[in-house]
Amino acid sequence: MRRIFDEMSGEDGDIRPAYETLSAWLDKVPREVLDQRRKEAEFIFRRIGITFAVYGEQNSQERLIPFDIVPRIITNTEWAGLAKGLEQRVKALNLYIKDVYSKRDVLRAGIVPEDLVYKNPAFRPEMNGQRVPHDLYVHIAGIDIVRTDPDTFYVLEDNARTPSGVSYMLENREIMLRLFPELFSMHKVAPVDKYADDLLATLKSLSPRGGSEPNVAILTPGIYNSAYYEHSFLADKLGVDLVEGRDLFVKDNVVYMRTTEGPKRVDVIYRRLDDDFLDPLAFRPDSVLGVPGLMSAYQAGNVTLTNAVGTGVADDKAVYSYMPDIIRFYLGEEPILPNVPTWRCREPEHLKYVLDHLEELVVKEVHGSGGYGMLVGPKSDKAQIEVFRAKLKHDPDNFIAQPTLALSTCPTLVDEGVAPRHVDLRPFILSGSDRVRIVPGGLTRVAMKEGSLVVNSSQGGGTKDTWVLDACARRARAPQT
Amino acid sequence: MLSRTADNIYWLARYVERADCLARILDVAQRLSYLPVTYGGSTNEWSSVLLTAGCADAFIEKHGPIENATEENVVSFLALDPENPTSIRNCFEVARTNARSVRTALTSEMWDAINASWIELRGFPDRALTREELTRFLAFVKETSLRFDGAMHRTMLRNDAFWFARTGVHVERADNTARILDVKYHVLLPDEEKVGGPLDYFQWSSILRSVSALTAFHWVYRDSVKPWLVADLLILNRAMPRSLASCYENLTNALDDIADLYGRQGPSQRLARSIRARLTNQTIDDVFHTGLHEFITDFISDNNKLGAEITDQYLI
Repeated sequence: MRRIFDEMSGEDGDIRPAYETLSAWLDKVPREVLDQRRKEAEFIFRRIGITFAVYGEQNSQERLIPFDIVPRIITNTEWAGLAKGLEQRVKALNLYIKDVYSKRDVLRAGIVPEDLVYKNPAFRPEMNGQRVPHDLYVHIAGIDIVRTDPDTFYVLEDNARTPSGVSYMLENREIMLRLFPELFSMHKVAPVDKYADDLLATLKSLSPRGGSEPNVAILTPGIYNSAYYEHSFLADKLGVDLVEGRDLFVKDNVVYMRTTEGPKRVDVIYRRLDDDFLDPLAFRPDSVLGVPGLMSAYQAGNVTLTNAVGTGVADDKAVYSYMPDIIRFYLGEEPILPNVPTWRCREPEHLKYVLDHLEELVVKEVHGSGGYGMLVGPKSDKAQIEVFRAKLKHDPDNFIAQPTLALSTCPTLVDEGVAPRHVDLRPFILSGSDRVRIVPGGLTRVAMKEGSLVVNSSQGGGTKDTWVLDACARRARAPQT
Repeated sequence: MLSRTADNIYWLARYVERADCLARILDVAQRLSYLPVTYGGSTNEWSSVLLTAGCADAFIEKHGPIENATEENVVSFLALDPENPTSIRNCFEVARTNARSVRTALTSEMWDAINASWIELRGFPDRALTREELTRFLAFVKETSLRFDGAMHRTMLRNDAFWFARTGVHVERADNTARILDVKYHVLLPDEEKVGGPLDYFQWSSILRSVSALTAFHWVYRDSVKPWLVADLLILNRAMPRSLASCYENLTNALDDIADLYGRQGPSQRLARSIRARLTNQTIDDVFHTGLHEFITDFISDNNKLGAEITDQYLI
């Protein structure tokens, strides 16, 4: 098996230049200090209330995501390449969704099979022929990136619905600044706190009403949602109202919020609520989280929803496998960021290959998320593999498979000391009517268990602060102490 | 601001205030229960605690007739019982749930005051507390409301969110002071024979203690504790922060600030003003003349009406 690439010590144990200062510091700093800081970080997280809920677990209404205090470092040259690739990817996603809901050139050209659109549960016929402001659908995207060697970053997954995690990116940095000022003085780290401004500018640029100052609101399912902290955090940072469905009502196709001074018109809704729950009149009639009539107000062009309705048609794992072709088709460019090779179990030859190689593959549900319902072949026993084999045969369309990648690792503080653990990266890409904005870095998720490849917070994964570093920031001299 | 946000802030403030009042009531009851019966220690003190706290019905549901009230079951029922919807534990739960829903409208200091106490509360056991634990617990509850109020005053913008919080505090506080008076009014009625006896002194002073007013009493009246003066202090004295008059002064001011900001007066402003007028245009003799009990009963019902008007006008 190939050596695993560690982002600090490479494949051969030589400390990579970007990590030199950090590595020297880690060698020097006593273990007790690290443990102490880790405890402080946990205390701050709990005190601020940065918690999340895990569905299907009793008595765990609020849990902390483990925070690892060792930062992950990316150089700004690496980042520049990533950012270009991310912008390209999101442009293609937007063009694809626009096409799917209008002319469907992509189907006619045979790039994507029809049933991936029409039979896709996330496809919204209500969006057919519907124009959205500036033809933008995915205003806030989270593209998951993994790395296997110094030069290769793969896109692992596109999140075009309501990607979460950005509050951790921002809070992780705040906490690191508090706990390790000396580390920041030794590195030139690109700041991330502009994200809130960027997001607000993006949202305002999407207002359907010219002229007056747009009224932006964030729509949350409420305090029991697993990402509620993030919703309130963002509302706070943006200085906009955090609304629930019951705070809004629709009259004559215009959306208003109930305020202490009477109804106030709403122009842009950053909704953190799935399509299904948005409007009981248009979608699930049993939704009490949504707003009756919201969809007709949206269709009348009186309110902008971000992300647009129906973007899920572009981010499942089956469509993912077509993304390189989608990029070529709309942009006439080669994808800057490659896809992980993917077998579509819907295709008989692919299925046969997958069934023959289950022990070495990762098999995922097309519409799954959060690390649920997947098989990591090399980490599973015979019985688990057989259970999955049966599932696969029963409903092959529902699965894709990928090789088990040798994901890169980063130094991480665990019980045994600082040790390599697998990581991924979720940068957040904002598309406004004026331009695309990406804050350098993103959320690094880390699998805290040795050898584990599953970084999802619902499966015990943690997070790290992600530093995009000036390449020239290497200091010849260690700081005096 | 969003009506729901205003509603959450209003109730957040009410529940913090309620927890504080419950702590004071328990504190005083515990103190009275140490006394020999001849000094006013009474066997039914614990049932009157339940009445004052407005928890008698919930208690009866769980423990049977109110005569079953003992120090042990009343203290655990009011302090930490998760089954009592208005136990101090649940007040903190509800306050924090409200705070969590409107974090964006709170300053980080206010959130911290509430969240830190909520975390600390989980360190107290579900079982009945020992006397030492109870003392520590009550001190902790009172400290929480001090921290929360302090954070509110020191860090909040003077805008509608602040005024809705102040409105909540004072509607709740007025209700609590009035309840204390309602349950204990009989010991304040003039009764020539008893005046000056040790029993009354401890009853009266315990009323003062339950609103942190024993020292204030002496400063204001420079006299020994007399029932009509206690009533005067708690009902009509504007300088006394927990008096009904002071609560209504603050209430009318907060509601007027809201009305100024929104450019519109409404039913809640009118009702608050008329209740306040009744508290400023009377002497304590007038109150006793028309009947202390009736006066208090009417006040409690008017105060509830004001709560309903505020809800109608702003919170839904």
